[in-house]
Amino acid sequence: MTQMTFHDAVEAALHEEMARDSRVLMFGEGTATKRKGLLKAFGPQRVRNTPLAEGIIAGTAAGAAATGLRPVVDLLFAPFLCFAMDELVNSAGKLRYMSGGQFSFPMVALAMTGGGWSVGAQHNHNLEAWFVHAPGLKVVMPSTPADAKGLMKAAIRDENPVLFFMDIGLAFAPGEVPETDEVVPLGKAAVRREGRDVTLISYAKTTHTCLAAAEALAAEGVSAEVVDLRTLKPLDEATILASVRKTGRAILVHEASRLCGVGAEVAALISEQAFEALRAPILRLTGPDAPAPASYPLEQAFAPQADAIAGAARQLVARMLEAAPIW
Amino acid sequence: MTPSGTVSTRQDLLATMLRIRAYEEKIVAFHAAGPFPNVCTSVGQEAAAVGVVSALRPEDQILTNHRSAGHLLARGADPGRMLAEVMGRSTGYCQGRSGTLHISVKELGVVLTSTIVGGELSLAPGVALSRAMLGGEGIVVCFFGDGAACEGIFHESLNLASVWNLPVLYVCENNQWQAFVHRKETMVGDHVAPWAAPYGIDSLTVDGNDVEAVCKAALRAAAQVRETRRPFLLEAWTYRQRGHMEPHDQSYVDPAEIEAWMAKDPIARLEARLLEAGELTADGLEALHAQARQAIEDAATFAATSPYPDPADLATGVYA
Ligand SMILES: Cc1ncc(C[n+]2csc(CCOP(=O)(O)OP(=O)(O)O)c2C)c(N)n1
Ligand SMILES: [Mg+2]
Repeated sequence: MTQMTFHDAVEAALHEEMARDSRVLMFGEGTATKRKGLLKAFGPQRVRNTPLAEGIIAGTAAGAAATGLRPVVDLLFAPFLCFAMDELVNSAGKLRYMSGGQFSFPMVALAMTGGGWSVGAQHNHNLEAWFVHAPGLKVVMPSTPADAKGLMKAAIRDENPVLFFMDIGLAFAPGEVPETDEVVPLGKAAVRREGRDVTLISYAKTTHTCLAAAEALAAEGVSAEVVDLRTLKPLDEATILASVRKTGRAILVHEASRLCGVGAEVAALISEQAFEALRAPILRLTGPDAPAPASYPLEQAFAPQADAIAGAARQLVARMLEAAPIW
Repeated sequence: MTPSGTVSTRQDLLATMLRIRAYEEKIVAFHAAGPFPNVCTSVGQEAAAVGVVSALRPEDQILTNHRSAGHLLARGADPGRMLAEVMGRSTGYCQGRSGTLHISVKELGVVLTSTIVGGELSLAPGVALSRAMLGGEGIVVCFFGDGAACEGIFHESLNLASVWNLPVLYVCENNQWQAFVHRKETMVGDHVAPWAAPYGIDSLTVDGNDVEAVCKAALRAAAQVRETRRPFLLEAWTYRQRGHMEPHDQSYVDPAEIEAWMAKDPIARLEARLLEAGELTADGLEALHAQARQAIEDAATFAATSPYPDPADLATGVYA
């Protein structure tokens, strides 16, 4: 184990995978300028700067992936993905199926999002759910440097296009990272804290908010389990359902807006498959249906807060204590 | 069938154009006869397809768009498997998941067909990047329309292919129409070829209804891409003889324009040349027509008697 920031953990994964497989290359706006270590190790053919043109960056990745390379592209900030939607959604996501399986698209698109830099809504927009809705794509959004490294390695090795979202607020947070060749498989959630009374389900930065809420709840005798989804697609349904079947209560927490967000999907899953275990309604604590503001206090208030999560958990637990389930 | 080599006789060129015409006419007939999937035909553009593809080598790769039947057939695709794809059958090249608009045939190097106008332009540099980095002599040919040239991605694609030195032969089939809009309404100037120069890319415009001229120009263009490993843009000046899609409708087109272009029909032109030169007799010509029609009839029978895919497999193959 070694201490490393989230950002450096991603870089370490890139380094290891590029050393391991000569088909892996990386390009994007400023990639060769900012990732000097990669450039030095692997040369200008495999570490490239691109024109400021997200559409052709993503399209080139898709074309290269279909014909033998394994590109990683840095599209910088998530809202810039809007310029690359056709290439990611219509090409990378669909052309495997549409070609009857003749082609695969082993590629990774990297983008940052979330509050923390006061950059405003055109740099900060948690639009990960858009890609969950798009067939053929996988979506990853880690919460720790160790996962950032292990999931990036898994994403590069996967035969499908993977959207890899990095939470800006976590980018420079240090954490323990294994030095070994540890791959975190896609599609596996992590139980970050075990509990009996309520399950807090989240991903990325707000996983830590949930852990803080769980800590506060523990002091009051409420035992909260915290599930970190890690991969949003494919979703680890088994881990989610097992936790809710144990606790009987679920709160979904994410910075992304509520409507048609990942929380809605998880809530639907729980009510379809674990209804009998529920002892209280499923709640969602999310960002509002608003563009993310730049002003630091507003930006921070945009994401769900630990005391609100703890308050919601208290309510759900109290419901049960007062009376038997209403249904 | 194998992909075409570099040497084609004039009769070969004619035979391939006739096969494409017969294929498209069969589709038109199917469409007229009853419910049939939406199709865009390439009638009138056979010379552009055949001329360019005949200049390619087996190791070359092709990206194309919604009007791709000519490109595929010229490359040696089996019309039976193409029609089966159009008709949604499991024997189609893409198991019925593509339909007419997105047929790709990996074994022939026809990679990544996109019907998002400009989609093929977005993917071409990446395919060429694979060629550049993984070795091999092949070049990448990207067919697109004059309408696609108006998409921003056209400009992004040319710029990247130029700054990264990628072996892409861009082939614009300027057929005068962009769905229901004439290019005069949407483009500065008549031609797309001049749009290459600002990106440091050489270009050539050719009479796209003269298959021999296209073949010559494409050989020259392809040779330059092979030698320099840099992009080139070839514009084939041609005409979409039918409406944007079936059912045929050209009520919005100036009849004088149609008349002028029908007089330049690429198949009739080559036929006249061959007859005049004594390379072909009237009987010989009729035999070529009959051969093309028969091949397509056989293909249609194969397609129509092929099974539909099993709905149980509807959602398989989305992920690798
Ligand atoms: C992004 C996108 N916009 C619009 C369409 C609808 N559409 C299909 S073909 C076409 C015309 C394309 O014109 P051009 O590129 O000149 O090709 P042509 O049809 O003339 O061969 C249009 C507008 C589409 N398929 N994709
Ligand atoms: Mg056109």
